[in-house]
Amino acid sequence: MGRYLIRRGLVSVITLLAVSAIIYFIIFLAPGDPLGQLATNPNVPPEVRARIREQWGLNDPWYIQYWKWAEAYFLHFNWGESLTARVPVKEYLLDRVPVTLWISGTAYLLGIAIAIPVGAISAIKQYSWFDNVATTFAFIGFSIPTFFSGLLLIIIFSIKLGWLPFVYDSTVSGLWPILRQSIMPITVLTLFSAAQLTRFVRASMLETINQDFVRTARAKGLKERRVIISHAMRNAMIPVVTIIAVQVPFVVGGAIITEQIFRIPGIGRALIDALLAKDVPVIMAITFGISILVVLFNVVADILYAVLDPRIKYQ
Amino acid sequence: MAREENVTTTKPRQVSLADAEGTRGKELSRVRAQRSLWGNAWRQFRKHRLAMAGMVVFVVFLLAVFLGPLFYNEEVNAPFEYETSQGPSLDHVMGTDSLGQDLLARIFFGGRISLSVGLVAALVAISIGTLIGAIAGFFGGFADSMLMRFTDLFISLPTLPLLLLITFLFRDSMVNFFDEKFNKGNFGVFFLIVLVIGCLAWMPTARLVRASFLSVKEKEFVEAARSIGATQGSLITKHILPNVLSPIIVAATLQVGAAIITESSLSFLGLGFPSDVPTWGQMLFAAKDYLPINMWEAIFPGTMIFLTVLSINYMGDGLRDALDPRKSS
Repeated sequence: MGRYLIRRGLVSVITLLAVSAIIYFIIFLAPGDPLGQLATNPNVPPEVRARIREQWGLNDPWYIQYWKWAEAYFLHFNWGESLTARVPVKEYLLDRVPVTLWISGTAYLLGIAIAIPVGAISAIKQYSWFDNVATTFAFIGFSIPTFFSGLLLIIIFSIKLGWLPFVYDSTVSGLWPILRQSIMPITVLTLFSAAQLTRFVRASMLETINQDFVRTARAKGLKERRVIISHAMRNAMIPVVTIIAVQVPFVVGGAIITEQIFRIPGIGRALIDALLAKDVPVIMAITFGISILVVLFNVVADILYAVLDPRIKYQ
Repeated sequence: MAREENVTTTKPRQVSLADAEGTRGKELSRVRAQRSLWGNAWRQFRKHRLAMAGMVVFVVFLLAVFLGPLFYNEEVNAPFEYETSQGPSLDHVMGTDSLGQDLLARIFFGGRISLSVGLVAALVAISIGTLIGAIAGFFGGFADSMLMRFTDLFISLPTLPLLLLITFLFRDSMVNFFDEKFNKGNFGVFFLIVLVIGCLAWMPTARLVRASFLSVKEKEFVEAARSIGATQGSLITKHILPNVLSPIIVAATLQVGAAIITESSLSFLGLGFPSDVPTWGQMLFAAKDYLPINMWEAIFPGTMIFLTVLSINYMGDGLRDALDPRKSS
């Protein structure tokens, strides 16, 4: 296990370096002058422009530039400053993390809390009316794009009924006002993650329920409740737990669209704003941050698998 | 009810016996034509009611967006000045948008683009995935480990942010390039979006195809083909590939739906097609600021995306059941 972890850690670091090089390369290749307005401003004399280029290292080939950037980024944690907000990227993003965590995190936890019992009951009572309703809902839930379900909720609950505000106001305080404006975005994201997970839980449970050890448990005369909960569920949950870990980074990805619909000032909205303003340091930090989450949670999923399933051994 | 269906699907032999008995009077002497593999799959698929419904809806949408403009004669980008943000009426079946442009005409036009993006992007993703998976699975060894490292690297990329970043950074230069070369700038956006979606979605297919290749290449019939001197190329394309098609077809179907959602998301965020190219996602992007005035502007294109993706997903589900050998044998 120890050696396995060291190897996985090394592979992860290499992967992350490669990902950062890819993102850097894409931005580097993009048309447009990094000097921005300075390049086209007629009041800036050419020799000044050349000096700035020299100073910023813009005459070096891209790998040298990447190397310098990576050294500053990873060794000195110098993430730069947001070009629009004029504050360090770290500060700029840390301000926005709590909102995203609150909305997306709550939705993900709710999704898990719904999906596990619903998926399991669906599988136990396969082809019952409950199963039919649950599978239909799951299908609808992951076929409906979040931007459409969000707009539908706004039409129904904000415009027709006037119950809920559709613009998220980060300045309000008090439990109820914050809850009230969070209901719709959380619902949208919960619906989506619950739908995806329900299908997964159901499939995993169906596979487990027909296995020999479950029949053995029944044959031993155990109560049905016990057979399902401590024999079938325990085994069916192993792949479910790993998929829950793997999906965590996509929670942030899903937040991009929802935060745009409800104008929530979180990480996802920061990314869109940064893109539209060509705020490279912020774009870089968010895209790269999500890659770190992807790699990290893949390792977490593998470790969980090994911990939960004694049949799996890593060398 | 559904359980009964399942019983009959797991015992096709019984069904065929019953069929034969029904026609005994007429064709007693004739041996019934043997059913092909695809014929079997089709019979299986037809029993999946929701998949059939999905297929009907999808075909109707496909016909509507391509043939609809022949019957419904309205301009896509021609505003009716005094008829902005109207609900559905006899003049404008789905109403008009905030500029007074006819929504149904835009739904037809946008549908052609949204569906084409979905189909072509899925084709790109499946082609790359099949190629990489086939090479890795067939040759194994160094090629396999290199290609799988490459696949792992792509899985670690943050898909949506990267899609947004690439389309945003390269959209204008693609438009200019295609404008100069072919005088069709918007085709550049199409090309870029399809390529980027395809290049960021091939990884699951590659893993799937590799796993199937690994198991099929050890089978006796491949050994037999090799022993009579089949080349590696023909082993891959003629002997192994046809036997791993089922999971590829299912993956391809689901990929179309996913690609349609991805394109709509891009356009919805204002980073996909420009506003004179009304894809369904782009129409929602335009509609979201006018919801209190005219909600239909959002409801129609949104419902189209939803129903299209839902029907594709049900088709994928039916195909999975129909093509799964464990179920039909």
